[in-house]
Amino acid sequence: MFEFFKTLDRRWIFLLMLLSVAVPILLQTTFPEKASAMAQAVFDEIDKLPEGSKILLPFDFDPASEGELGPMATAFTYHCAMKKHKMYFMALWPVGPQMIDEAINKVIRPDFPELRYGVDYVNLGFKPGNEGVIRVVVTDLKELYTTDDAGTNINNIPMMQGVDSVRDCDLVINVSAGYPGNKEWVQYASTAYPGEIILVGGCTGVQAPQMYPYIPNQMKGILGAIKGAAEYEKLVMDHYPRHITNAEGDQALDPKYTEALRRMGPQLIAHLLMIVLIIGGNIIFFVERHRGMQA
Amino acid sequence: MKRTIPLLITALGGIVLIIASFIPFTLDWGEKASIWFDILAGVAFILGGGNLLKVHLRKVSDKQAGFGYSIVTLVAFIVMLYVGLVKWDVPPMEAHPNSSWSGEYRSVDSPFGWLYEYAFKPLTATMFALLAFYVASAAFRAFRAKNIEAILLLGTAFIILLGRTFAGVWMTDWIDPDGPISGLRIENMTVTIMSVFNTAGMRAIMIGIALGIVSTSLKVILGVDRSYLGSKE
Repeated sequence: MFEFFKTLDRRWIFLLMLLSVAVPILLQTTFPEKASAMAQAVFDEIDKLPEGSKILLPFDFDPASEGELGPMATAFTYHCAMKKHKMYFMALWPVGPQMIDEAINKVIRPDFPELRYGVDYVNLGFKPGNEGVIRVVVTDLKELYTTDDAGTNINNIPMMQGVDSVRDCDLVINVSAGYPGNKEWVQYASTAYPGEIILVGGCTGVQAPQMYPYIPNQMKGILGAIKGAAEYEKLVMDHYPRHITNAEGDQALDPKYTEALRRMGPQLIAHLLMIVLIIGGNIIFFVERHRGMQA
Repeated sequence: MKRTIPLLITALGGIVLIIASFIPFTLDWGEKASIWFDILAGVAFILGGGNLLKVHLRKVSDKQAGFGYSIVTLVAFIVMLYVGLVKWDVPPMEAHPNSSWSGEYRSVDSPFGWLYEYAFKPLTATMFALLAFYVASAAFRAFRAKNIEAILLLGTAFIILLGRTFAGVWMTDWIDPDGPISGLRIENMTVTIMSVFNTAGMRAIMIGIALGIVSTSLKVILGVDRSYLGSKE
């Protein structure tokens, strides 16, 4: 038995990981979630703004990290729409516009048909230049964004009246999977204009430790990975529940707004598997060392 | 001359951006330099595409090891570029029915949108998801409690792994959340590790990196470091 584990084929580990993720997904396992102070801080920053506030939403991620960041992007859009905030979407990643489309098609168009494009929300699209774009839009947005994503002259979009730079927005919500993203928005926007540009955001689990030093001065709060998204979803659904009638004819929370909560199931089992694997690997290591010392 | 002009452009750009950060009167200069940078970043896409073609065409022409992958890369690049640039088969916009280029090219009804939705999106998501399998395998083989530092790292990893799930809450649910030892609840330990130990460590690293960046940037601006020009100096 010891020899089997010592020379364990990694395909067994792959199979275990597959099962630990697939089974909870198929069973739709969910666990209770309690919002942390960080998720609460993010929620409060959006929630305390009066109706019609201007929110800039840079979606700087791609399909690779959509599984981790998509649910929070959906929740941010839903929360802003419920609060009737004006939403200005933009992207610093080439496939960012597709992520924006996803949020608009998933949340705004089906659930908020009363919101009008150009009046309540606008998609400014992608601009190349990484932090260079941030440097410009914090002083003169229209210098770089002469049209929206569809090519409409920026001056012909009603909700762009009175918005000359990012400083005219009441809040920036950046969802980011890396460079450029949260860090660049901190360095070139909220740090350069303290008190004028308020920033909250969401990021992948790997990025989160790098963002903590900026909280709470340069960033008011951050949602780290699917756990942060699940806590935020819980807060949003507690305050602004959206019910649908499920297959059994019962009222249930709309599943598209509880996606992160459902993904916590696979995360739990996968994390437990990781711990078991680390412990197992160490047992083998110590037994081998002990045998070596005896020999 | 071939090297003097790029050196001058670099020095000028760097100095302008530094001055613009400290003197409000020169704020516009910094903005102009940033706009030039953004335009150049757009042009860089063309250079990047050209370079990709050059590298992979050479691999195919020399029949180097793995040239088959280069063929796949080239075909994918050319097909995506073509359907994106010419907006191939994009349905026209309702307001402009006679302009075939006016429609929504990201829609799945267009070839570009279809390729994104059914090729690019699942492929990139799959590549990222594969990490879970390799991380699990690496955890089994490489994460060893060999010394004190490794044991500390291992302990922290366990707390964070548990604290980021319901398991952490469940395991220390018996501790009164308002009691004197509430800090020992795993979810609270996770917060403490992230906001105290992690923040302190990250700040130290970030300050070190920032000082390194200042030093390197000054070298580049003053022309001491010319490695970005391809020089061997």
